[in-house]
Amino acid sequence: MEYLLIVATDPDAEPFVPEEDNVGDWVDDLEARGIRIRGQRLRPPTDATLVRVREGELLVTDGPFTESKEWMAGYDILEVESLDEAIEIASRHPMARFGRIELRPAWPMDVHEPGAERHARERAEETAALG
Amino acid sequence: MTHGAPAHHDAVARAHRDEWARVVATLIRQTGDWTLAEECAAEAFARAVERWPTEGVPRNPGAWLTTVAKRLAIDRLRRRANETAKVHEAAALDEVESGRNIGRRAGVPLPALGDGSDGDVDGDPADAAASWADAPDEVDDRLRLVFTCCHPALALEARVALTLRTLGGLTTAEIARAFLVPEPTMAQRIVRAKQRIRNAGIPYRVPDAAALPERLGGVLAVLYLVFNAGYSASGGASGGHGADGAERRNAMADEAIRLARLVVRLLPGEAEAASLLALMLLQDSRRRARVDAEGELVTLDRQDRSRWDAAEIASGLAILRNLERRPRGIHGPYRLQAEIAACHAGAPAADATDFERIAALYDELADLDPSPVVALNRALAHGFAGRPQTGLDELDRLAASAALDRYHLLPAAQGELLARLGRADAAAARLRAAIELAPTDAERRALRRRIEELIAAT
Repeated sequence: MEYLLIVATDPDAEPFVPEEDNVGDWVDDLEARGIRIRGQRLRPPTDATLVRVREGELLVTDGPFTESKEWMAGYDILEVESLDEAIEIASRHPMARFGRIELRPAWPMDVHEPGAERHARERAEETAALG
Repeated sequence: MTHGAPAHHDAVARAHRDEWARVVATLIRQTGDWTLAEECAAEAFARAVERWPTEGVPRNPGAWLTTVAKRLAIDRLRRRANETAKVHEAAALDEVESGRNIGRRAGVPLPALGDGSDGDVDGDPADAAASWADAPDEVDDRLRLVFTCCHPALALEARVALTLRTLGGLTTAEIARAFLVPEPTMAQRIVRAKQRIRNAGIPYRVPDAAALPERLGGVLAVLYLVFNAGYSASGGASGGHGADGAERRNAMADEAIRLARLVVRLLPGEAEAASLLALMLLQDSRRRARVDAEGELVTLDRQDRSRWDAAEIASGLAILRNLERRPRGIHGPYRLQAEIAACHAGAPAADATDFERIAALYDELADLDPSPVVALNRALAHGFAGRPQTGLDELDRLAASAALDRYHLLPAAQGELLARLGRADAAAARLRAAIELAPTDAERRALRRRIEELIAAT
């Protein structure tokens, strides 16, 4: 299964200790095992750009600047057997201690299926599952 | 079936109790579809009700049921595949028919299934099925089910619901009643939990050795929570739900004990699992004595000890004696709590309780579990061990920390220790504060009776 591993800051976490940042070992291990498809650190929200189209008009602004103290600091894409393997890998990332990690499973879809059909089909499946 | 002899009904009921988890767990591994597995297992039991009275109870009911359920599953998957021609379902069918297994590498071949078209079984399928149903050197599918139902990525209430439904075989309606939620709410909770297992990628497997202790702790926490849902609210404390509610909640305690036995059988080397079972048995042994003839709550020190269940006490103590023969490691929290329960169980009268030992066990427990409730019980134990002022000082510190602000047992404990210090007025004041916070009428009445006693004694 494919997971997006989101590395985030967290004000409740341990203070960052640069000497204990062993992210290089973490990446080397995963790449040797072919588990990490790719990944990057991300520049902070102050360098983010927001793109919106509203009433046909393109709006480009800096931001978003939220009050939140938790922001996405990096990402990795993993290909693993199961959530348990993804959890084990996430637990060894230094930012699990100094920040926090969110694991999001990929939700594969046929991008060429017409949107209306996909929407209707998935609604029907959801309704059927809930009886 | 109305024409079935009672013996056959008993056989089906016993099989349901003993074999449900095995049937469902096997089908989940083979199909990867939790709902299909449950539906086919339920259908297999319905067939047993129909057929065992006339055909006789099979020698190996579990194997019979598993084979029937599996044929039903194949049938349904085949029909579904025909209807929708979905590739992945055809693949799942292929897995079941070929005996390959989803979620593990080396599968044990399944018995020949005949045409399997309508789920009928010719003769006793146990003969064919026995060869794989109890195959040695294989991880028991029920253990996979235990760990998946109790996976930490599921919300606690989802874990509880799924454990009772899928592993315990209780109906959604039964679980909904026990937890006092509407049935559709519980049904939705279970469906969502199953969806989350699939969508989040929660695997159907036993955690590896490194993760096992932590994950087992999660499993035991779910079982103890189910037990307490039954234990704490049974009898007089059922809070207006009457004898019927008490019975349902006793059923939850029974279910928790049954599931704990299963986990102990599956993981015989895990001392904490065995300890939890011992703890449950020792606490449950007092079930009948906790409520008097009028339905009023009876506190431990006043219980009629002749009404304690001697068989359960013996089983609980035997488990602890067995654990003593193992090399001594650090005792886990369930072991310590079970030893405390054993001190009560072994005391011929309340005033003959070895509170010195109980206080020492609570000291150890508080080191492992620094929660305020443990601190409260530890303080009370020291108070009962002849140091009421020490205990009271500790309770006052707890009260000052505000960690147990709304917890009625804190002022109740202060009242008890004040009474031991001969300060009846202060004791009554704390007990009145406890009444304000007590969650059930039965507990309020018990506290009021205690105040009356104190007043009468002065």
